[in-house]
Amino acid sequence: MNILAEIEQRLQVLGPEQIEVIDDSAKHHGHEGAKSGGGHFRLRIVASCFSGLTALSRHRLVYDALGSLMRREIHAISIDASAPDPQDNSHLYQE
Amino acid sequence: MDIKEKIHQTVTGNGVVLYMKGSPQFPQCGFSSRAVQILNACGVKNFTSVDVLADSEVRQGIKDYSNWPTVPQLYIAGEFVGGSDIMTEMFQNGELQKQLEPILNGA
Repeated sequence: MNILAEIEQRLQVLGPEQIEVIDDSAKHHGHEGAKSGGGHFRLRIVASCFSGLTALSRHRLVYDALGSLMRREIHAISIDASAPDPQDNSHLYQE
Repeated sequence: MDIKEKIHQTVTGNGVVLYMKGSPQFPQCGFSSRAVQILNACGVKNFTSVDVLADSEVRQGIKDYSNWPTVPQLYIAGEFVGGSDIMTEMFQNGELQKQLEPILNGA
């Protein structure tokens, strides 16, 4: 299985309504942090389980789902994780 | 002193600490560079930066300390805030500035 499919499969545990994974590795070829061999990715995921959670908690859910992939296959991943209705998180940022 | 204790002393003994790749002047990674830019945009002139590339023990130790698999990592008043994506999101909605306010006013 290729790495993009593997990432998507691991994230199924979050019950995503939308998921998009982009491999950005080519852009980072040769830079210091890429020497370990892992790839650079961009993820956009929409799932109702993110509703009401802080950004920190949403990202932790994603990292937990990716699990061991974070140790080797993934060097860096930019995460955009949101609930289906963006209003769901708004109360967290108001006085 | 073990590495966990050393990290704990660093993050609790300083108001704003950024664990990053490279230095604020010469970041070695786009995500670390973005984290520095955001702190600058928030008006944080003096923050403690730790280059994880300079010490492999810290590089792994900081991931274990926060149970967070990537660098950069921002700490404010001893509390783990997040990486560069979270910093961006919190900067855009004003939450980061709010969290930095007591530090900027007090120190």
